[in-house]
Amino acid sequence: MNASALIFIIIGLSLISYFSGRHRASVSAKSQTLIALPKHYGYMTAIWSGLPALLLIILWAMFKPAYLHEQIIQSLPASVILQAQDQLDLYVNSINLAIENGEPVEDPIMQKAMESYQVADSNSKWILTTLVFVIGLSGIIFSLTGALTKVQARVKVEKVIRIFLMLCSAVAIVTTIGIVLSVLFEALRFFEAVSFFDFVFGTTWSPQTAIRVDQVGSSGSFGAIPLFVGTILISLIALIIAVPIGLLSAIYLSEYASAKFRAIAKPALEVLAGIPTVVYGFFAALTVAPFIRDVGQSIGLTVASESALAAGIVMGVMIIPFVSSLSDDVINAVPQAMRDGSLGLGATQSETIKQVIIPAALPGIVGGVLLAASRAIGETMIVVMAAGLSAKLTANPLEAVTTVTVQIVTLLTGDQEFDSPKTLAAFALGLMLFVTTLVLNVFALHIVRKYREQYE
Amino acid sequence: MNNTETVKNSLKKRYAREKRFQLYGRMAVWTGFIFLAILLFDIITKATPAFQATEIFLDIPLDPVTLELQADTQLDEETLRAIDYAGLIKKSLRQAFPEVKKRKDKKLLYKLVSSGAEFKLRDMVINNPQLIGNKPLSLWVLADDDVDTFYKLETVTSRIKEQQIGFIDKLKQDDRIRTSFNTTFFTHSDSREPEQAGIRGALMGSFWTLLVTLLISLPVGIAAAVYLEEFAPQNKFTDFIEININNLAAVPSIVFGLLGLAVFINFFGIPRSAPLIGGLVLSLMTLPTIIISSRAALKSVPPSIKEAALGLGASHMQTVFHHVLPLAMPGILTGAIIGMAQALGETAPLLMIGMVAFIVDVPGGFLDSATVLPVQIYLWSDSPERAFTALTAATILVLLGFLAVMNAIAIYLRKHFERRW
Amino acid sequence: MTTQVNGLDSLALRADDMATQNNSENLTADKHQDVEVLETIGENILENPKFSTRNVNVFYGEKQAIFDASLDIGQNEVIALIGPSGCGKSTYLRALNRMNDTIDSCRVSGQLKLDGEDIYDKKMDPVLLRARVGMVFQKPNPFPKSIYDNVAYGPRIHGLAKNSTDLDEIVITSLERAGLFNEVKDRLTAPGTGLSGGQQQRLCIARTIAVSPEVILMDEPASALDPIATAIIEELIDELRENYTIAIVTHSMQQAARVSQRTAYFHLGKLVEVGETNLIFTNPRHQLTENYITGKFG
Repeated sequence: MNASALIFIIIGLSLISYFSGRHRASVSAKSQTLIALPKHYGYMTAIWSGLPALLLIILWAMFKPAYLHEQIIQSLPASVILQAQDQLDLYVNSINLAIENGEPVEDPIMQKAMESYQVADSNSKWILTTLVFVIGLSGIIFSLTGALTKVQARVKVEKVIRIFLMLCSAVAIVTTIGIVLSVLFEALRFFEAVSFFDFVFGTTWSPQTAIRVDQVGSSGSFGAIPLFVGTILISLIALIIAVPIGLLSAIYLSEYASAKFRAIAKPALEVLAGIPTVVYGFFAALTVAPFIRDVGQSIGLTVASESALAAGIVMGVMIIPFVSSLSDDVINAVPQAMRDGSLGLGATQSETIKQVIIPAALPGIVGGVLLAASRAIGETMIVVMAAGLSAKLTANPLEAVTTVTVQIVTLLTGDQEFDSPKTLAAFALGLMLFVTTLVLNVFALHIVRKYREQYE
Repeated sequence: MNNTETVKNSLKKRYAREKRFQLYGRMAVWTGFIFLAILLFDIITKATPAFQATEIFLDIPLDPVTLELQADTQLDEETLRAIDYAGLIKKSLRQAFPEVKKRKDKKLLYKLVSSGAEFKLRDMVINNPQLIGNKPLSLWVLADDDVDTFYKLETVTSRIKEQQIGFIDKLKQDDRIRTSFNTTFFTHSDSREPEQAGIRGALMGSFWTLLVTLLISLPVGIAAAVYLEEFAPQNKFTDFIEININNLAAVPSIVFGLLGLAVFINFFGIPRSAPLIGGLVLSLMTLPTIIISSRAALKSVPPSIKEAALGLGASHMQTVFHHVLPLAMPGILTGAIIGMAQALGETAPLLMIGMVAFIVDVPGGFLDSATVLPVQIYLWSDSPERAFTALTAATILVLLGFLAVMNAIAIYLRKHFERRW
Repeated sequence: MTTQVNGLDSLALRADDMATQNNSENLTADKHQDVEVLETIGENILENPKFSTRNVNVFYGEKQAIFDASLDIGQNEVIALIGPSGCGKSTYLRALNRMNDTIDSCRVSGQLKLDGEDIYDKKMDPVLLRARVGMVFQKPNPFPKSIYDNVAYGPRIHGLAKNSTDLDEIVITSLERAGLFNEVKDRLTAPGTGLSGGQQQRLCIARTIAVSPEVILMDEPASALDPIATAIIEELIDELRENYTIAIVTHSMQQAARVSQRTAYFHLGKLVEVGETNLIFTNPRHQLTENYITGKFG
């Protein structure tokens, strides 16, 4: 049977278990004092019936494709297996397609492979079904025995729930590990084809791949420096816009503005953070970039139609709330005593802010700027839509540059094999991106936390 | 004291500096406002044309002779499908413009009407075979997007020809051309032709994807928050979990896409472009948000309530689930809504897992191929036709509308149901 | 030091005497009994005061904190403001240098004059006022700057030093007058926050002195300090009296007795009694004052 039917069966068996257990417990309650409510006994037997079976199905569903894939490969004769990776994958793909479509095939090797697939598939299904039934029924049987009421049902149930809760919170760890492993794994495969040194220090980015089987990654150059420079250029422009505006806004709103103005202005600036980045990208590509190009051309400068300036400005606008929100928090955290001390000496408010408050809040502000920078570096949609694909190595904001994130998208949204160095390069770039933003974030949070301790 | 004089002298400059500083601050805030205003104004202006569609009034002959039907032919679906509806439309155009003789001009004439009109006609006839008769069917049909752009914006582009402008003028004189509300936008899904393109597919795709995200991230997020806030012991493992959650909140979204690609698609074999995988990736991204806001909500429940429950003999878990959690629900839901709003606008990771193909069918479930609203915006913004620009901007307005509603609900929840202890 | 200790002893004896007396006889016939204080008792008005305040009312929003206080502060005297917690002493003090301006909901009415000029007049610049009337706060609040920069902050913003040597001189003199110079002269560039509590407070005093004010307002300056640091501060106040007029809010009656010449007693926002410090503590004229001094409340 297929997975959905099995799930229904599990649910059914668990329900039966629940009612059976609960009933048994309430019957026992008449002759002895129970240590838990009948419903707890019901839950316990239901969990017994259902949980292991459910886990089994989930594991089966997760690992079945890989297992069956292996089966197919193993059933193929040596001659086929020794082909180059691409050919083999193509072969296996056609087998998979044939299985999906249910069409008969002529090639006897494929036929044999299909048969062994089907055998393995149905075998696994049978084993699964049997196990599910055994587990489910055992729960019901247990609920009918006298041993039921001797168990501390509520305690046990709560233990199971607690483990479930802990696992849920461990999802965060699993996700991080998943990200690190998946990116690292593929990136390492990339570095087998292209050396790390060439990647990180190379200055030409032109990701071509072999067309013929025997050309292994030789004709493409994967020097990522233009990408790094492009990313930094656009992020820098974004910060140049966001930091002054964000910081001055935060200062004005927390030190000078009336409560009413602040109540309207602060949410208005937060709106900037809530607008999806694809909207910013649209705005950048269809309005800002042509505008800059036209203005530039009217003063006689050559401006690319996808200039770094356009992308940078719009990205800066998007980042303003990051800087202003965090700065606002740290400025408010400076104790009033410090302001009183300065004002008491006869300083004006701007002198107090410039000479006492901002220096006191500086670590927090720097932390905020670093977080904003990390956001700018990792931003994708604005640059995909408004920055170019040409990996030019330049510092001129009026030219078109490309960034790490743009290349990741480009490399992975074309029609290509998963294993070619081209797509693996995306993972290598992803690794660089992840590490950089991680370092920036950790550093920034460290600074902000240290600063908070100072004042608490 | 002579110092007073010195101080007095310094005051003028200092107050000037004070005023300037305040001015800079105010300018900064207003710059932010102005950016926001320009952005919204630009999008609204670009979007307005998309809400109107141009239509042309045609009298379409449906007599059996023109339809080439035998007298006793059964009007079953097969026969009805076989009719050359495109030809009928062309004929009605010729009838409206009898003076057009040259082949080249006739081709331009046919191009006035959208290529999808024939399907609309066909569907009408199949649903109502009684229409076949000697009375011609008078119908407003969609105009082609070039005509639409020209008629609404009155700009001459290279895509519209002299003669066509003449045809349109005559239609205007005969009151045979109008703009009406563009229902196609909401009822159709993606199409190569702008006038037939709509967001229905993307809307349903977003719906299914968000549903998956909600179903996964809300329970897991609440469970994790409950554990971390109530049950977790103070040890290195717990610290490690918290560090991970904070880091995940700041990882660029595209990295989650890579994760989805490498693990969910390649290792677990979940079909690309399915809302299931989109939802899985998005729920991983939303999880930190929900965990952090749920923890804050749980923390705000006063310990006195917990102590009261424990004092009555409730176990820790019963206290949490019967008392703390219900009281923290408004805050948790607020955080969940905000998390969903963020997920609704995400694009980059979904590009990676393949929700970027050209998908015409409306997805009906978790495993059908689908696209989402922001990806639709991304795809359309690449197209050169001006009509697609308007559609993209209109889609953006729909997306922003949803976000505004969701955030408004969250704020309402927060104001009305969060008790102040 | 010895005289102070004797003074303390005699004060305690007197207080005990009064308590026993009140319990046995009704000696309070000539004491003012009204809990409703209608008029301030004692010498609250002076000739040629430094500070002259009349009918001062201070409101925080709807809540009134000071009720119709009229008090003069004389040149080069130390006046102590005493009373139970929350009765408006700090509020009154802060009204004298317009620090209440920083609180949005605070409203001050009445006449407050410094050397005859109304300090709440529209033409009076708070910045200028605060350069003339300095303040030392309850909890030491040095800036996160070096010791030197802390003291130099005031002169710098007001432009009081013509060159850096001038500034050095001001800083050193201020630190000396605050009794801190010898302890920090080798580490003027060290951060001010690295000093001990007592040293920090003296730094704050030095900071205030550096601007050459005429009046120094002190809001419980030693309440956050240990007894030794407190003693040092009290000695300092005595020395500072030579050059400055000082108003000090204090919780400690013994401290008021040690450092001040006149004392004003506030009770729930009303100025109840003002007089020479010795007399207030040995022969208070209002029942409320006596109750406070003998420890019946507060």
